[in-house]
Amino acid sequence: MTTTNGTGTHGAVLPESDAAPATDAPIVELRGAGKSYGNIRALHGVDLQVHPGRVTCVLGDNGAGKSTLIKIISGLHQHTEGDFLVDGTPVRFSTPREALDKGIATVYQDLAVVPLMPVWRNFFLGSEMTRGPWPVRRLDIERMKKTADEELRNMGIVLDDLEQPIGTLSGGQRQCVAIARAVYFGARVLILDEPTAALGVKQSGVVLKYIAAARDRGLGVIFITHNPHHAYMVGDHFSVLRLGTMELSADRSEVSLDELTNHMAGGTELAALKHELAQVRGVDVEELPEEKDLTAPVATTGEGKS
Amino acid sequence: MSMTQHAEPAVTTPPASGPNKTDGRTSERPLALRLLARPEVGVFLGAAAVYVFFLIAAPPVRDGSSMSTILYQSSTIGIMALPVALLMIGGEFDLSSGVAVLTSALTASMLSYQLTMNVWVGVIAALVVSLAVGFFNGWMVVKTGLPSFLVTLGTFLILQGANLAVTKLVTTNVATDDISDMAGFDQAKKIFASSFDIGGVQVKITVFYWLVFAAIATWVLLRTKYGNWIFAVGGNKDSSRAVGVPVTFTKISLFMLVGLGAWFVGMHQLFTFNTVQSGEGVGQELIYIAAAVIGGCLLTGGYGSAIGPVFGAFMFGMVNQGIVFAGWNPDWFKAFLGVMLLGAVLINLWVRQSATRR
Repeated sequence: MTTTNGTGTHGAVLPESDAAPATDAPIVELRGAGKSYGNIRALHGVDLQVHPGRVTCVLGDNGAGKSTLIKIISGLHQHTEGDFLVDGTPVRFSTPREALDKGIATVYQDLAVVPLMPVWRNFFLGSEMTRGPWPVRRLDIERMKKTADEELRNMGIVLDDLEQPIGTLSGGQRQCVAIARAVYFGARVLILDEPTAALGVKQSGVVLKYIAAARDRGLGVIFITHNPHHAYMVGDHFSVLRLGTMELSADRSEVSLDELTNHMAGGTELAALKHELAQVRGVDVEELPEEKDLTAPVATTGEGKS
Repeated sequence: MSMTQHAEPAVTTPPASGPNKTDGRTSERPLALRLLARPEVGVFLGAAAVYVFFLIAAPPVRDGSSMSTILYQSSTIGIMALPVALLMIGGEFDLSSGVAVLTSALTASMLSYQLTMNVWVGVIAALVVSLAVGFFNGWMVVKTGLPSFLVTLGTFLILQGANLAVTKLVTTNVATDDISDMAGFDQAKKIFASSFDIGGVQVKITVFYWLVFAAIATWVLLRTKYGNWIFAVGGNKDSSRAVGVPVTFTKISLFMLVGLGAWFVGMHQLFTFNTVQSGEGVGQELIYIAAAVIGGCLLTGGYGSAIGPVFGAFMFGMVNQGIVFAGWNPDWFKAFLGVMLLGAVLINLWVRQSATRR
């Protein structure tokens, strides 16, 4: 398997970038997985593979089922159909802790931080370092602060004061702290839920850099976004969700940014609408693709949306 | 007529650049401001002000034995205010804590009297009952996701009614029988309700328990995993769960800790007065909550300290007794209390805003 460094789109590369052997065995695999909430089918027939050292992008508009998908993988919800395999073994997580123990870490949209707590306490929350025997077992504050500072610096984040509440950091900084935390705690699969959604252009760039850095450390990354430009900058494989089903599943070599953008924007449906829109004065349809231009393989499990 | 503007440009100094040793985006805040942002500093200043005020207004307060009385009064509030404060930092509160104290005392008293057993049997049974009430509160809150206000309001009413009804059923009276001549009473009294002589002043043992418990609570809160979890579940429950903090365990154990405190204070009351009035305790839960809030704990959770409620409880004891020593109408106590509470809430609001300011 070729890593995609040759494409020249990956800016940030950590020193250990060559330590990312991309093997063929997926760490996490979904086969025809789906989830129903009562009589509402939020997700249906989704196939997804996450390989170490590769970034799998999941794109989709609001309500497409992206959040449901990551909740299944991260252990907050259970799938109701299909299979969910980790290292080839079927699993069913009942708590996020179980997913964490398998090396699946999620950086949620709200970042899973406690705003009023200091940066270093947030960094180690749930996995605190302690010392001393039981009755007087206490937090090893010095070691935690030092480790947190080192790890953040490794990711290129320099903070004045680790004692400041994490709520005082900017959105991009918080995102980076959350990613650094997941990487430090031995994540093999990193799920990022719209990490660039609320960020400015420059901050988004910083976060994308860390995604590339995490990938180059050999992590499998699931990058959830609705921005095809961000996805195409770091992605190796692209899956587009639409109304709870897979509309597109393609490797980087099989899809161009334009096609990806079109799929995101409604793709095939828009193409069909092109002629109709052409009748309306003032709507510019020259830039829209014809249906025949959409050559990327369409996922076969789809409900036949086009 | 030309409208040329002749206004001189304002002072043209460039914006101050921060120190560049680190990332240069934050400047060191003044020490005084950083100190004020600590949750317990506001209440410490308040307690000191109240103390000085009564030293001047009520000369008997300067006497050692008066101070002992004030500290005793503070300790009975303070021992309960500690677990209530921890629970509040953990994002919940418990309206049943006042009557739970009575439930505990009644259980111990009636069980050992009616069965004519060693009082320690009643004491242990009361501990089990208190922890069970705490567990029930915590379990209901965690499992149903209902606000703890509603759940513990229910428990409060249940316990208040049960306290009166069961006592009348068992003793045909509103008070329990005197247990002072029963086996083990003296021993238990020594542990829960004795006094010490310090420099000619009788000091109640609860004052020591209060300070020791406060020291332990502070250590647990700031230096242990469990303390970290308390802040986390109060600050953001969902985030805590997502990173692997045992939210259910933390919340239920906090409610049980309030039960433990209720048991301790209940035992103190029982072995101090020998009998228990079954209708008491109503309204005390608000005093505990107020002491915790005055002590700098955020009602919405995630912020606070264990030292703050110590000063909060001291303020209560000081005002309560100080009004008496000053020879004023004790009815003013509640009015004072309200003023202190509002002041504390305003300080909390300001602290929270300055602590989370970008």
